[in-house]
Amino acid sequence: MTTHSLIASRAGGLTNSRLTLMWLGFAAVLLFAPHVFTSSLAHSHLTQMGTGIVLALSYNILLGQSGMLSFGHAAFSGLGAFMSVHAMNLAGGGTFWLPLPLIPVVGALTGLAFAALIGYVITRISGVAFAMITLGIGQMTYASALMFPGFFGGEGGVSTNRVYGEPILGWTFGPQIQVYYLVAFWLFICVMATFYLTRTPFGRLLNGVRDNEERIPFIGFNPHKLRYMAIMTSGLFAGIGGSLMAINFEIATDEVLSLHESGAVLLFTFIGGTTSFFGPMLGAVIGVLLTKLLPDYTAGWQMYLGIVFILVVVYAPGGISSLLKPGMDMVRRTILHKRYALFFRLLLSVTALVVSAILLIELLYHRATGASDPLSLWGFSLDHQGFIAWVIAIALLLAGLLTIKASGRALVRQLAEDTAQLEGEAQ
Amino acid sequence: MTQNILELKDVKKQFGKTEIIRGLNLEVRRGERLAVIGPNGAGKSTLFHLISGRLSVSSGEIWFDGDRIHHCTAQQIYQRGLSRSFQITNLFSRQTVYENILSAAMWAQGYRYTFWKRISQLKPLHDRAQEVLELIGLAARRNVSVNLLTYAEQRALEIGMAVAGGSHTILLDEPTAGMSRGESDAAIELIKTVSMGKTLMIVEHDMGVVFGLADRVAVVVYGQVIACDTPENIRANAKVQEAYLGVKKDQKKEVTDGIA
Repeated sequence: MTTHSLIASRAGGLTNSRLTLMWLGFAAVLLFAPHVFTSSLAHSHLTQMGTGIVLALSYNILLGQSGMLSFGHAAFSGLGAFMSVHAMNLAGGGTFWLPLPLIPVVGALTGLAFAALIGYVITRISGVAFAMITLGIGQMTYASALMFPGFFGGEGGVSTNRVYGEPILGWTFGPQIQVYYLVAFWLFICVMATFYLTRTPFGRLLNGVRDNEERIPFIGFNPHKLRYMAIMTSGLFAGIGGSLMAINFEIATDEVLSLHESGAVLLFTFIGGTTSFFGPMLGAVIGVLLTKLLPDYTAGWQMYLGIVFILVVVYAPGGISSLLKPGMDMVRRTILHKRYALFFRLLLSVTALVVSAILLIELLYHRATGASDPLSLWGFSLDHQGFIAWVIAIALLLAGLLTIKASGRALVRQLAEDTAQLEGEAQ
Repeated sequence: MTQNILELKDVKKQFGKTEIIRGLNLEVRRGERLAVIGPNGAGKSTLFHLISGRLSVSSGEIWFDGDRIHHCTAQQIYQRGLSRSFQITNLFSRQTVYENILSAAMWAQGYRYTFWKRISQLKPLHDRAQEVLELIGLAARRNVSVNLLTYAEQRALEIGMAVAGGSHTILLDEPTAGMSRGESDAAIELIKTVSMGKTLMIVEHDMGVVFGLADRVAVVVYGQVIACDTPENIRANAKVQEAYLGVKKDQKKEVTDGIA
């Protein structure tokens, strides 16, 4: 085996042909997703997932790849959004020629320029101090939105119309589905670019800065320069994300620069997982599901979001994506060794926990709102003022808490024994 | 081309009011293997930090390959051809052995801050990394995360990182510390191999390693070089025995035997 094929096979089995397949598959998903989820609301959610993925990937260049925790990512994406809105208005007014599909270039350049401007100074330091400074930068940018209403439009923000100029191949980009495809196009480019970036010498060195910054000068490189380049790359892609956001919503308000926005990017990138390339993508998808779909079902959606975040931080610091492989492996081995009873036992414990948690949260929320009618959940009518619903919920919670460890261990131990036995027989 | 690759002239280093290096003078000849010995706290590691640019001198001059380098950054000094290993293993912890070596070989192969080429396409870089892996005997462990290596393997990788860039001057800071006798012997052989045709400076406590390896030995005591000579002369040097080992004249014979 040559060195090259060794490298290719090492990277999680991602050979060139597999990579090509992966990209084709990804393109197919982007192409057909709006035909599977056909409602216009679904198209809007898919579009937001697309922009979310671009933002999460841009953020992970800092956090996951370079070990730089930032609390001010919205500064790059938000400024990208504002510049894009202005560019759309100017292009729409005929000041210059710039068709809508190229507006993200404006966002990219804005993000890059802002990162280049502030990055040189703030990347001189790393760690907690860097995180603190990004918090300051984020707040400063947010504050400036209200200080300079001429550019940022004050509290009302700046609105725009994405339908301008001549239609391109019959596309006006008015309908949501056309915007979706525009976002999908840029998403594809950004995913490919950030993916291959991790496989360049620069990407490898960013991992070096993350893992042991101290050693970097002694292999010939300048950690400050690497961090500076990282923040500029991140700013560039964040700017594209902000631009796509502006195209989708046709408005940019001070909200896009807020700490809340920076926090959301951090939250979902982390939930998805910073240790793998695809983790942030998963995080962005989960983010849209939790923040856009869940509110339709429950008023307590933020509570669920918080619980998911805490669980991930405590039990899966590598993010949800880090659970996929071991989870699949467990299911595969359960089927292989036919340990359905044990698996079912674990499933029961998990279900008890999830159901009881939902019950309790919903009962609490229902009670807090002071409603007098009973809570309706999963087709049941639950009286939140009586005892029974609460007793059931707490009993389920206790049952889940008391059994989950034992059932988990029993299954894991049994599967390990089975595997060992199988290996013994094979020899 | 001067005979000396490295010269330290009246170098001083203070931390606050504490003077660690107190007017140190040292000349390292091109192509020699120079061992630096001295009691704990004598300033040996600080000396390496000063030469390699990790710390800056308080006063004095350091000349390397005809240039003054005491104001240079660590990466500039590396780029001039001086690389080093660390006393405490200092690797890229979450990466594999191969990825560590790749990163260390990058600069010399001309791939600087390259973001437009994929690593998998850079054959010379892979060839060099593979060569280093075989040299340090870790070819079979190439895809193992460095956290899972044995201590001796980590130390070998530490040496590999220092030589991967092909620097002509190499500083090794206690490469055999904490090793068993067998591991240490293997490490000496490795150091001999990797330093062939290069200038080597090595801090070492193990006298067996020092006398088996070095062309000359510099003795650092209390921030100064009190002697720098061939191993034989150092062994016979009364000043060294008294100052470095803190022994009186009547105990000298014992010590000489110990060193031998």
